[in-house]
Amino acid sequence: MSSTAAPETPKAKLTKADFQSDQDVRWCPGCGDYAILSAAQQVFAGLGIPRQNFVMVSGIGCSSRFPYYVNTYGFHTIHGRAPAVATGIKMANPELQVWLITGDGDALSIGGNHLMHALRRNVDLKILLFNNRIYGLTKGQYSPTSEVGKVTKSTPFGSLDHPVNPISLALACEATFVARTADIYQQHLQETLKAAAAHKGSVFIEILQNCIIFNDGAFKDVTDRAIRDDKQVLLEHGRPLIFGKGHDKGLRFNGLDVEVVQLGKDGVTEKDLIVHDAYAENQTLAYLLSRVENPVPMGLFRNVTRPSFEQRAHAQVDETIKKYGKGDLDKLLKGKETWTVN
Amino acid sequence: MTAQLDRLSPAPAKRQVLKSVTVRFAGDSGDGVQITGGQFTNTTAIAGNDLATLPDFPAEIRAPAGTLPGVSGFQIQFSSADIHTPGDQPDVLVVFNPAALKVHLGDLAPNGLLICDTSQFDKAHLAKAGYTANPLEDGSLTKFRLFPINITEKTLAALRSLESLSTREKQRCKNFYALGMAYWLFNRPIETTLRWIEDKFKKEPDIAEANVLALKGGYAYCEMTDTFQAVAYEIPPAPTSKGTYRNLSGNQALAMGLVAASARSGLPLFYGAYPITPASDILHELARHKNFGVVTFQAEDEIAAAAATVGAAFAGSLAVTSSAGPGIALKSEAVSLAVMTELPIVIVDVQRGGPSTGLPTKTEQADLLFTLFGRHGEAPVCLLAPATPGECFQYALEACRIAVKYMTPVYLLSDGYLANGAEPWRVPAAAELPQFPVKFETNPEGFHPYKRDPKTLSRPWAIPGTPGLEHRLGGIEKREITGNVSYDPENHERMSVLRRDKVNRIAEEIPLLEVEGDKDAEILLIGWGSTYGAIRAGCELVRARGVKAAQVHLRHLHPMPKNVGALVKKYKRVLCPEMNLGQLSVLLRAEHLVDVISLNKIQGQPFKAREIAAGILNALDGKPVKQPGASGAQGEDNHEFDSGA
Repeated sequence: MSSTAAPETPKAKLTKADFQSDQDVRWCPGCGDYAILSAAQQVFAGLGIPRQNFVMVSGIGCSSRFPYYVNTYGFHTIHGRAPAVATGIKMANPELQVWLITGDGDALSIGGNHLMHALRRNVDLKILLFNNRIYGLTKGQYSPTSEVGKVTKSTPFGSLDHPVNPISLALACEATFVARTADIYQQHLQETLKAAAAHKGSVFIEILQNCIIFNDGAFKDVTDRAIRDDKQVLLEHGRPLIFGKGHDKGLRFNGLDVEVVQLGKDGVTEKDLIVHDAYAENQTLAYLLSRVENPVPMGLFRNVTRPSFEQRAHAQVDETIKKYGKGDLDKLLKGKETWTVN
Repeated sequence: MTAQLDRLSPAPAKRQVLKSVTVRFAGDSGDGVQITGGQFTNTTAIAGNDLATLPDFPAEIRAPAGTLPGVSGFQIQFSSADIHTPGDQPDVLVVFNPAALKVHLGDLAPNGLLICDTSQFDKAHLAKAGYTANPLEDGSLTKFRLFPINITEKTLAALRSLESLSTREKQRCKNFYALGMAYWLFNRPIETTLRWIEDKFKKEPDIAEANVLALKGGYAYCEMTDTFQAVAYEIPPAPTSKGTYRNLSGNQALAMGLVAASARSGLPLFYGAYPITPASDILHELARHKNFGVVTFQAEDEIAAAAATVGAAFAGSLAVTSSAGPGIALKSEAVSLAVMTELPIVIVDVQRGGPSTGLPTKTEQADLLFTLFGRHGEAPVCLLAPATPGECFQYALEACRIAVKYMTPVYLLSDGYLANGAEPWRVPAAAELPQFPVKFETNPEGFHPYKRDPKTLSRPWAIPGTPGLEHRLGGIEKREITGNVSYDPENHERMSVLRRDKVNRIAEEIPLLEVEGDKDAEILLIGWGSTYGAIRAGCELVRARGVKAAQVHLRHLHPMPKNVGALVKKYKRVLCPEMNLGQLSVLLRAEHLVDVISLNKIQGQPFKAREIAAGILNALDGKPVKQPGASGAQGEDNHEFDSGA
């Protein structure tokens, strides 16, 4: 884990291998985490950021072992608290590139509160939520994203609680960058991570991911090759929302709802379709799209700019110094009223 | 009248000189009692008296007006000699309503001075306080020197010329009228408060003027009234060592200590906290000092405050979190993480009455065992406890110094009494404060995250951003030296022992306990935290009667000074007063196999000197020492002591 090698001579270009640690990766064979790790290492190498400025922060769960496998600074923290730990890291040193790896249980159940506040504050954290709709590390209990009626070890007669939609939640928390991708779409995944790295502020990416042991086929009705063109719609800024194998279906407003329409049928043309606007300050469209379940929207829901929390915190320190001068400890100790004994 | 107000200085013909006096102000929680007390304290401090204060207020911001639970009090003892407590019983009681009289009268010394604002002694208010007859008229107060004065009415009269204010607004100035009276009684100058009013109400000149008129009105009233000439007092300044002094509360001192620690370590201060009584004032104070590079973070909850503090420590800040009561419980998980990852954090616990919400505004010392042991697994930490408000400064610095030197969490145990109580404090020069510059690890040659310093057993602090030192921390057990994840059984045992030994090594550099009192004492008192003053004063009471008593006081609670075992074994009897049910006693008994006698008080109020003194006499007589609630074993408290005023 430690770097015992001689100091690195600065390389013109880092490679994916530079981001691989010496630790054996211990996820189950076939786990979606491998693909995400690989994509992230690939993207990190191309960002032009020195390796020592990266910090991987995670909570608890299968996905949260991620930092051990990335040869940067890393912190495998405690269940649900990664956004809080990461906020402290980022506030202490805003120069760091902080990535936060979490899962559906870690982020949405035990850590729901911290996620909410990290997002609304717009702390410059790249939050990757690996959503496999199950608790894997504890060997298969239902999670806050499991479908109602899920039969698991803790719910042998089916789960009762309604799942939370991670994208809707992130938007409600005022997140400035919200996207969805999947473990099996290596290219889309990498593009999304690249866009995330460029965003200054809270990034929230839901990564649909399979758990081969406890929830195999978690998203097969969305991502299976045979059906996926009809079950997904790609969100592209400025483009009408068209999907389907034959590129013949689209999404259209119907009052406050979004409906699927057949292009060419009943006179429907591209002009009738919703044109995606990822940069809209108003997040209503992004929210409406987040509610669409069939097809599942993939890609960037929202990307807006707002000063990040840690930037503002340090700016406030700087402004205070400018206004009152650098703190004088002797003056502080004396306070306003003193008396002297001779 | 204005002409007279301009010459407020002449003292009456003859002032009676007293060594020390205890004054208590009490009224509804909206009556401005705390401001009155605070101002009286500042002025008294500047007049050069030694002093100690005890603010005592309800948890509710505005409990129903005029009721007993809504009463807020502020007590101060000031003296021309060295004192250690806010006084056992007030010699002077100023009350603003019947409820305050009802709550506090029982404490007033016989023949004490009782000043009552009569404006609310009507049927309705008397009934609210549970009086069936007016105590001002029924002869029940004859053993006190009663001054029934309609302070509210007099305040209105003094402010008659101010047309811009409503009657209600004017009535609210009555606390300054009463303060003016108190200033006259004790021959205090009013200038400090005048300056404070100007500053505080800069944006409300009408209110400022009203308060100034009320203050001067109260002062002039006493000066002009014959009855007060008999109760005009003078308390000469206390002899103190040379230096510049200021008045300081524990929370202020603690906040300044953290800023000083940042300056003296060269590390930026990160302070993560969630609002909670009685710790919030530290956050408020630090948030004002951003020009010292202080980053304050009001987190979404206690857990996040602690977790962010761990993160900030990882990234190289002087990282501090604080709380009280239930908030301390919520931080445990993050503190365990800091134990495992061996990151330096300071956790300030301003203890209050518990369990659960308990008594949020009252003092207690019942978190000792919780902070020492209240984590899962073997999770040793360092524990410090200042003994006086002023010491909160010194021990805030010390907590930070130990944390970064040993790469360990350090709990700093203050309490409600220290937090809000104030005392004169000699202002040190910044340059004379301990300096502990921190050097982060930067050398990749042979770097391992868990390679320890052979002397302190501390691991290197290598912060993100440092080239060549990339490493991963986490809550999973670490392989010795490399810090890699390890489930190896023997490694776990070795690491558990190392973590314990590292914290124990701190004992190598902490000062030994010094015994105060009689060399040939028959009894040793051992205490910790805010009980220092009461124990000292209690010892002095019995020593004045010829009892041989000695005292030691623990500021380092874990690890303890190395001579504590020898000391508790040396004396025939060891008495341990605590504001809990006997937590330090448990530790001393377990560690040193000594039959420590517990003297406990858990009433949300600090010990009185005479309670300690009675405990000493009972312990020496072999009688049961008072244990609250222990029926049948109730100790006697019938020893009479002159509280020395």
